[in-house]
Amino acid sequence: MTTSDNRPPIDDQAPAVELRGVERSFGANPALVDLDLSVPAGSITVLLGPNGAGKTTATRVITGAIEAQSGEVRVFGLDPRTDGESVRRRCGVVSAKPALYDRLSGRANLGYAAELYGLGRSSQVDDRIHAAAHRFGIEGALDDQVGSYSTGMKTRLALARSVLHEPDLLLFDEPTSGLDPESSHAVLEMIHDMTHGGVTVIMCTHLLLEAEGLAEQVVVLESGHALAAGPPAELIDAFWPDAVVRLDAENPERLAEVSGFAGVSKVEVVGAGMDELAGFDGGGEGDQVARLPRTGVDVSLTDPAMLADLVAALVADGVRLTRVEPRIPSLEDLYFAIRRRHVGDQHRSEDGGRRLQPRGTTVGTRVPPPPPPPVTVGQPLVEPRKAVQP
Amino acid sequence: MSAHEGQPAGLELNWGRTWSIARTELRQLVEAKDFWVPMMILGSIFFIFIPLVLLFAITRISNVDAVQQISETIKILPQAAQNSVKGTSDQARAAYAIAVYLLAPVAVVVPLTISTAVGASTIVGERERGTGEFLAHSPASVHEIYLGKLIASVVPGYFTTIVGFGAYSLIVNLIVGPGSGGWFFPTNQWWILMLWVVPPFVALTLSLVLRLSARVKSTAAAQQASGLVTLPLIMIAYGVSTGSIYGSLWPGIIVGALAWVLAFLTLWRGMRAIRRGRLIGVADGL
Repeated sequence: MTTSDNRPPIDDQAPAVELRGVERSFGANPALVDLDLSVPAGSITVLLGPNGAGKTTATRVITGAIEAQSGEVRVFGLDPRTDGESVRRRCGVVSAKPALYDRLSGRANLGYAAELYGLGRSSQVDDRIHAAAHRFGIEGALDDQVGSYSTGMKTRLALARSVLHEPDLLLFDEPTSGLDPESSHAVLEMIHDMTHGGVTVIMCTHLLLEAEGLAEQVVVLESGHALAAGPPAELIDAFWPDAVVRLDAENPERLAEVSGFAGVSKVEVVGAGMDELAGFDGGGEGDQVARLPRTGVDVSLTDPAMLADLVAALVADGVRLTRVEPRIPSLEDLYFAIRRRHVGDQHRSEDGGRRLQPRGTTVGTRVPPPPPPPVTVGQPLVEPRKAVQP
Repeated sequence: MSAHEGQPAGLELNWGRTWSIARTELRQLVEAKDFWVPMMILGSIFFIFIPLVLLFAITRISNVDAVQQISETIKILPQAAQNSVKGTSDQARAAYAIAVYLLAPVAVVVPLTISTAVGASTIVGERERGTGEFLAHSPASVHEIYLGKLIASVVPGYFTTIVGFGAYSLIVNLIVGPGSGGWFFPTNQWWILMLWVVPPFVALTLSLVLRLSARVKSTAAAQQASGLVTLPLIMIAYGVSTGSIYGSLWPGIIVGALAWVLAFLTLWRGMRAIRRGRLIGVADGL
C-alpha cells in the first residue's frame, strides 16, 4: 500500500475498513443496524443484499459522505468524521449512477476529478488522464461530450475517474447496473485487474453471479444488518459441512424418503427457498404438500462413501433417478441459505419459540444442523468440506 | 446526528478546489445554450433595448406636453437629485433624469434574476443529475463546495451586468450626452451602485438561495422558493436605488456597507448549514 502527497500515514496493521456497531437511520427508517464489518487490506469484499439492505449507505458511511449516528468507523485506521478529507483522498468511488457531468467532455470530467483529488493541472496529470482512459478503452472518446456516451462508456469513464488518483480503497456500488452482459463481463474483469496492485475493493451488488469468482469476502446484508460475513468457501463449509449430492427423479415425490437413510444428515428441496423468501406461508397441513420435492433434492451425507449405497437403495425402492450429481454450493446457494436461515429465525422469533423448525425447506432433517457459528472475516470456520466422488 | 455532519471542524479552505468547483459549474453553463441565450436576451432587453428606445424617443420627441409631463416627474425626486440634473433643454433634462435615476434598479434586477436562476439549481441540480454523489465522496469540504457554487452563481449575473452596463453607458452618453454637456455617465452614484451596493445584494440573495437549493427536493421547487427570496430583495433594491442614492453619495455607501455585513453573516451561516448528505439527498428532513 502506498502513501503519497500529504496523506497521513496508513496503519498497515489495521484492516482497510472496520465498522463496529454502526447505526444510521433516515427519519424513522433504519438503514444500518448495529453493523459490524471488517475488510482486510488488499481484499475484494462484496456486499450482497436485496434493494434497501443498506449496501449503498454502508459505502457512504465508509467515505464519510454521510455520518454514522452511532458506532465506530475506521478506514485505514482513520475516522471519516474527523479525517474526512484524508479518508476520501484514499477512496475511489463508482456509484450506481455513473455521476458524470454530461455537458462536459470525458477529459473535462477526469480533469475535474484530478483537481478535486489534489492532483492539480499539469502535463503529468494529462498523462494520467490518458493512461486511465486508455486502460478502460475510452481514449478515443475523451474529447466527446459525456452526454453522447453509451451507458457502458459512462461506466468505463466512471471507473477511469475512480482510479485516477491511485486510491488505496475502491468502492463500487453496483457498477454493472444497466450494462449488457458483455459490458458487465468486461467491467468485472477490469475490477478484478484493479486489485492486482494491492488495492482494497468493496463492491455492492445484488447480482450474485457478479460476485461469484470475484469475492474473497462476502457480507450478506439484510435490513441494514450483516447476516453473515466471511470468505465464500468458509461460509459454504459452515452451511454445508457435509458432502452434498443433488438427486433428481422422474417420481420426485419419492425422494422425500431419502431422509430415512443412514448417513443422510439433511435433505433440502431444490428451489423451495424461493417460496420462503418470497413470503410463502404454507402453515397447516397443506404446508407439507408445498415442501414435497418438485424436481429434486440436495442430500447432505455425513460420509461420501455412503452415496453408492444410497443410490442402490433408492433404486431398489422404486425411485427412478435421473440425476446423481455431487454438488458444490454456489454463492447463490449460500446467499439463499443465509437468507432462509434469517427468515426462519424471524419466524421463530415471531412465534415466541413455539415452532421448533423454521417453515419451509427441510423435508427430513434427522439431525438438525446447528446454526453456523458467528463468522469472523479471515478466520477459518470449520474443517474443509468433504469431496464427493461421482 | 451530529450538529455539523460532514463538515470540518474549522473553516480551512482549499482555494484551488473551490475555484475548480466554480470553474466546472461555469463550464457547464457555457455549454448550456438553453441557459445563456435567454440570459443574453434578458440583459439586452434591460440594458440596451429599453434604454435605447426610451432615451431616443425622449430626446427626439417633439410633443411639448409630453416633455412637460416628464419634466414634472423630476420634481418628485429629492432636491439634491433635482439639482444635479443637467441639460440645456427640458428634453435633455428629462432624458438625463431617466438615464441616471429611473433606470438604476435595472442594474440590480438583472444580476439578481440571472444569479438566482443559476444558484437555485446548483445544489439540487447536482442531486438530480446524480453528480452530487461524486462530490459527496470527494475530498472537497462542504465549505469549498458551497463557496464554489456561490462564485459560479454570482459570475454569470454580474458579468452580464458589467457588460450590459458598459453598453448602457455608451447608449446614455451617445444619446443624452450631447444635450447635457458631453459624456457624463457613469456618475459617482452609479459607480457606488455597481461596485459597492449590487455585489452584496447579489451575495446576500444567493446565500439564501443556495441554502434553499440544498434543502428542496427538485430544481423546480428551488426556482419557486428562490422567487420568494428575490422578490422582496428586488423591492428593497428598488427602494434603495430610487431613494437613498439620489443626491448624496453617503446613503449609497451606508446601504452598501450594511448589505456587505448582512451578506457576510448570511454567507457564514449558509456555509455552516450545508451538509454533505444533502448533495445525495439523504440528510434528515429530505
